[in-house]
Amino acid sequence: MTITEKILAQHAGKNKVTPGDLITAKLDFVLANDITAPPAIAEFEKIGAKKVFDPARIALVPDHFTPNKDIKSAEQVKLMREFAAKYGIVNFFEIGKMGVEHALLPEQGLVVPGDCIIGADSHTCTYGGIGAFATGVGSTDMAAAMITGETWFKVPPSIKVVYHGKPGKWISGKDMILHLIGQIGVDGALYKSLEFCGEGIENLSIEGRLTMANMVIEAGSKNGIFVADKKTLDYYKARAKREPRVYTSDTGAEYERIIDIDTSALEPTVACPDLPSNTKPVSRLGEIKVDQVVLGSCTNGRIEDLRIAAAIIKNKQVSPDVRFIVIPATQQIYLQAMHEGLIETFIKAGAAVSTPTCGPCLGGHMGILAEGEVAVATTNRNFTGRMGHIKSQVYLASPAVAAATAVTGYISSPESLNGR
Amino acid sequence: MEKKITAKVWTFGDDINTDLIIPARYLNTFDPKELAKYCMVDADADFPQKVQPGDAIVAGKNFGCGSSREHAPIALKAAGISCVVAKSFARIFYRNAINIGLAIVECHEDIPVKDGEKIDIDFENGEITYSDRTFESTQFPEFMKELIQAGGLMPWIKARGLV
Ligand code: SF4
Repeated sequence: MTITEKILAQHAGKNKVTPGDLITAKLDFVLANDITAPPAIAEFEKIGAKKVFDPARIALVPDHFTPNKDIKSAEQVKLMREFAAKYGIVNFFEIGKMGVEHALLPEQGLVVPGDCIIGADSHTCTYGGIGAFATGVGSTDMAAAMITGETWFKVPPSIKVVYHGKPGKWISGKDMILHLIGQIGVDGALYKSLEFCGEGIENLSIEGRLTMANMVIEAGSKNGIFVADKKTLDYYKARAKREPRVYTSDTGAEYERIIDIDTSALEPTVACPDLPSNTKPVSRLGEIKVDQVVLGSCTNGRIEDLRIAAAIIKNKQVSPDVRFIVIPATQQIYLQAMHEGLIETFIKAGAAVSTPTCGPCLGGHMGILAEGEVAVATTNRNFTGRMGHIKSQVYLASPAVAAATAVTGYISSPESLNGR
Repeated sequence: MEKKITAKVWTFGDDINTDLIIPARYLNTFDPKELAKYCMVDADADFPQKVQPGDAIVAGKNFGCGSSREHAPIALKAAGISCVVAKSFARIFYRNAINIGLAIVECHEDIPVKDGEKIDIDFENGEITYSDRTFESTQFPEFMKELIQAGGLMPWIKARGLV
């Protein structure tokens, strides 16, 4: 069996599962945000539920429209806050403690290797980066899971992606996953599991793995999975709230397909409007002028991302034609970035630094694009109108490309800054 | 659910994502009537005015890709869409549609229907008819049929005494 099959079998109380099996699995953790929790709460109440399955295994994270941008979104969070208080849900993260959900939960050790998790947010798949089975669902699935502590799954077939060789200097997890999505398309892994391995993955940081797992949904995938190795367990030593369980795929595990990628040949890659699969190496883009650069989100708002970007922009200035918005994904990351002087670097360079929020990633607030404007973002979706006006455009890129672009005003590889 | 419907069609292409179905800027509410006002606006600005109760959507592959927002099937249902026919559905959208009781039909074939024309959908036999041609749809697995018959996920867990 594969890692995914093993986790699902274990949570379904079975010795073995095969792709296509319909199973009911016990859940270790469920979550929702300020957009998806309110409908889930309404369903929960409509059906007359009296309690949640386990108040310690639910997280409610107001991150999308917070600090609240208008009255309606304030009402939504109020509903969550009151629900959390009523049912004793301790993991409600108030402003000042919150972060973007998929950066926050692994950081807080609330999700651990070997877990089976659903969340009412499509990027719940992020936790595959630490060796958990995690997938996104809608609000009704979340409501049912809050009551019963379980859900149904169809066991997905797996695709193995082997990243051979080591990445070059500027190649991050973001370039690695964008390259794959460009190769297989936005439905290239529909209903399937993507399992990542190879030298390129062993060399990758936990942050880089979380970035990659975050974007498997952009290929239609049900989940992405990485083996929890020593790096993962070290990362968890101080933070895990539960005991991690490590699963590895059997030698005879079955894969529908194996994709080989030469990591050493990858170039900094961007996804052009308006699909994440519309990828190109930066070197082949030509001159593309941008109005805004966003560094942040559940994809690339972690400390490593801020470090890379700050190192590039240090002692330089943001182009006068660009608005550079930096959003650390959690309070802890924000604080760490302050300690390391990264925030100062960004502000001195002329960037705006914000409290954690999803904000511009989904066109919510904090950096909406006007008609005809172009942005480079370290986020995960560049659909039409995603960040504002339907005639605005978003290019997805790594933190390194984002920072270099903020300096030049044109989509740029960090390499091109040499000597500037 | 009715066993057979005749519906006027609105066509869309491949990879219709949830930001097109209901843009995030309208997600500060989950009131179906509010959401219906903005259904599909970023794909077709006039859609909320044009769509009539009972109309159907015929689209390409990967319909509903993107976010997990249940607001997407809710907006379609509240706008009066009786059924979405697509070559394939993104997985979360598929689950959400069944959970909230929006009819969806997967049909791998090209149905050459144009905007404003009519199709017949026979849910029981899994057939779609357009100008004398019949197209096969994919059968739902037994478990999905059970969920659909129960009226969605919440009534299903209630009937099983899980609440
Ligand atoms: S940062 Fe963007 S992709 Fe991530 S949870 Fe927030 S809105 Fe979704």
